[in-house]
Amino acid sequence: MNRSICFYFQVHQPFRLRTYRFFDIGRNHYYFDEYYNKLIMRRVAEKCYLPMNDLLLSQIEKYKSKVKITFSFTGIVLEQMEMYAPEVLESFKKLIATGNVEVLSETYSHALCSINKRDEFERQVALHRETIEKHFGVKPKCFRNTELIYSDEIGATVADMGYKVMLAEGAKHVLGWKSPNFMYVNAINPKLKILLRNFRLSDDITFRFSQQSWSEWPVTTEKFVTWLNRIPDNEEIVNIFMDYETFGEHQAVSTGIFDFMAHLPEAILTQTNFKFATPSELAKKLQPVSAIHVPNKMSWSDEERDLTAWLGNALQDDAFDTLYKLTEKMKLVDDEDLIRDWNYLQTSDHFYYMCTKWLSDGEMHKYFTHYSSPYNAYINYMNVLSDFSECVDLHLKTKESTKLKNNLKKQKK
Amino acid sequence: MKVLMFGWEFPPHITGGLGTACFGMTKGLAKNNVDVIFVVPKAFGDEDQSNVRIVNASDITINLDHEKDRMYWNRVQYMEIGSNIIPYVGVEEFTQMVETGSNVYENFRGNVFAPSYEFSGRYGANLMEEVARYALIGSAIATQNDFDVIHAHDWLTYSAGVAAKETTGKPLIVHMHATEFDRSGENINTDVFAIEKNGMEKADVVITVSNLTRQIAIERYGIDPQKVVTVHNAVEPSEKTVLKHDGSKGKLVTFLGRVTYQKGPEYFVEAAYKVLQRDPNIRFVMAGTGDLIQKMILRAAQLRIGNRFHFTGFLQGNDIDQLFSMTDVFVMPSISEPFGIVPLEAMRSNVPVVISKQSGVSEVLKHALKVDFWDINALSDAIYGLCHYKALSDFFIKYGKEEVENIKWEHASYKIKKVYESLLS
Repeated sequence: MNRSICFYFQVHQPFRLRTYRFFDIGRNHYYFDEYYNKLIMRRVAEKCYLPMNDLLLSQIEKYKSKVKITFSFTGIVLEQMEMYAPEVLESFKKLIATGNVEVLSETYSHALCSINKRDEFERQVALHRETIEKHFGVKPKCFRNTELIYSDEIGATVADMGYKVMLAEGAKHVLGWKSPNFMYVNAINPKLKILLRNFRLSDDITFRFSQQSWSEWPVTTEKFVTWLNRIPDNEEIVNIFMDYETFGEHQAVSTGIFDFMAHLPEAILTQTNFKFATPSELAKKLQPVSAIHVPNKMSWSDEERDLTAWLGNALQDDAFDTLYKLTEKMKLVDDEDLIRDWNYLQTSDHFYYMCTKWLSDGEMHKYFTHYSSPYNAYINYMNVLSDFSECVDLHLKTKESTKLKNNLKKQKK
Repeated sequence: MKVLMFGWEFPPHITGGLGTACFGMTKGLAKNNVDVIFVVPKAFGDEDQSNVRIVNASDITINLDHEKDRMYWNRVQYMEIGSNIIPYVGVEEFTQMVETGSNVYENFRGNVFAPSYEFSGRYGANLMEEVARYALIGSAIATQNDFDVIHAHDWLTYSAGVAAKETTGKPLIVHMHATEFDRSGENINTDVFAIEKNGMEKADVVITVSNLTRQIAIERYGIDPQKVVTVHNAVEPSEKTVLKHDGSKGKLVTFLGRVTYQKGPEYFVEAAYKVLQRDPNIRFVMAGTGDLIQKMILRAAQLRIGNRFHFTGFLQGNDIDQLFSMTDVFVMPSISEPFGIVPLEAMRSNVPVVISKQSGVSEVLKHALKVDFWDINALSDAIYGLCHYKALSDFFIKYGKEEVENIKWEHASYKIKKVYESLLS
């Protein structure tokens, strides 16, 4: 029997905020750290995006349609590529043009709005679709939500938006005895198929690849293939989902991650009965085994696989509520700069920096933050948000008064 | 007349109001024709030295064979600083020291005698060691300089003052800017208390910055009321004319000070919440830092006022002027404040102030709203009133400025000079 393996890589960089002091409120309306964002984009481009794209391209050239890859890009990472690393964007275009790469749909700015703001969620997804089509000339058919956040309700919304497949975490607390290696469907709308991440095999690469204290270290293609072959024959798919920055950035080149990835396709194709596939192909090919019930939101982040990396403590909740209180007002705004800032401020990373869970995933959180403490992250974000909401109010007021003036003119005529 | 003055900090390197007060005082003394030798543990080199001669304590070399120093060091030992408790050492760190069997006292003494020892000039982990070292140097400086009286500021310098008195026989004045009870509530550090008590007992005159502090000196330290004199602090007139920021973006209410128990920051946060219930357009700022800062940030987030309540961290110099220029109401809700110089600086910048009745400054101010620190309702009421009733705020701005311009260091220093003279006659 032929089984499938699906590799999906997430490509994302936030627009990090500059140190925005209280004194800046009402005086300076630029919130982002251009220097730092450029620095990181250049670093990741050199260490990860460019070498890894080359590697994948050579694999596709070698094995043609036998190797298939799936990518999801946030709108804001594409913006940063355009600004700071156009050659990276070109190299992704080249990869996608091979026809062996599927591109997924998601929110434009890696936002958390699927949680509570359906309108905003739909706006973000539509904006993202436009962007993907503009850059790559493809229309995404399959959906992945920010941080793989999923619940029955979010799935139903995504189905309403016309998608047939969605990716989610194969979280232990949701699956119980069930295996992630089958196709499932949404519990509310069975038309939406759900692909679940095999977190064990995914994390073997993402987190444990260079962990020398781990009994299975070092990870070799032989070992990986053995693990794949150990999966019971009736299980149909293995979903390896991870951040693209794993290659060369989280796992440095010195760990041998690139060599591993250069030999993995050959090993899989010759030593297992797994074939590469993309989510849309799987949706066509496979029949679901059952519905998956996820009443509470889950994600692919931290040990808990829930939303507590971004929401839950008082700092995060205050910031989140204050931000989304602006949703209705933002519907009336037609100023490009304000809409841009509104998008950027929704990025989940800002809330991640405010996380105070230091026990289980402290190291991970520390790795990703540029603030000295979650308190500083909160103060800085709230200062920015204060200025932003003042700008929004001012804009709407001006808009209202020009409208009144125009009406008066018309009446006079 | 010449004074040998022992301080711990001096502008621009300050951690609190002590440095600012010393600066104003020495200027005022200079105007009253009094010369000052001001000793600080570590001069950074960029202090304003136009009015005082700063002696950097780190620059003084001590000949340990000198008999007098030896003699003095014996007294230090006698002063009981060497007990096994060292302040500002965390519990864990201290336990570790004890468990590893290192004799804290030995280490303490050893370090004090190390010839390459340098004063850090900041309140730090080996504070007691620095205090003892400073005292040793105090007597050395005293023998090398010519002066009439000794004036020591706060407990950190009392040992130095006492040492200088004992080596020279010159009269000693100790100046209480804050007591251990102000800093720590009832959980006082007994070593610090002992140093304060000893300093005041050995002194010829004790100067307190308010009647509130005078009462504490008399009642809790048992000092003879006859020799305790209150000289209220003052404020330097502002040389800059700061333009008032126009209030088009809503009113701004400011807290400025260390975010510690003593300053009552939580009452400010709670009052902010109450005021915002009524008027969501007011902004609040907490400027400063301290051990309660994280608690305050978390509380503001819990109350969901984070977009109206801002934290700036520690501010200095121009940033403070800028903040005052934007401020509409200044609040000092201190639980215990020996004096509290910041409201005077606010009033000088045309900002009306709300202060707690438990502050020394409330003894000298007429044109300020005074509330009990714990009375959040009264505090919110005062803030709301000053934000909304223009007649009230205008009144306070006008008369407050007038009032504060008459609280001059020149006058305060004159009183201090009179104290010196009484000791010399």
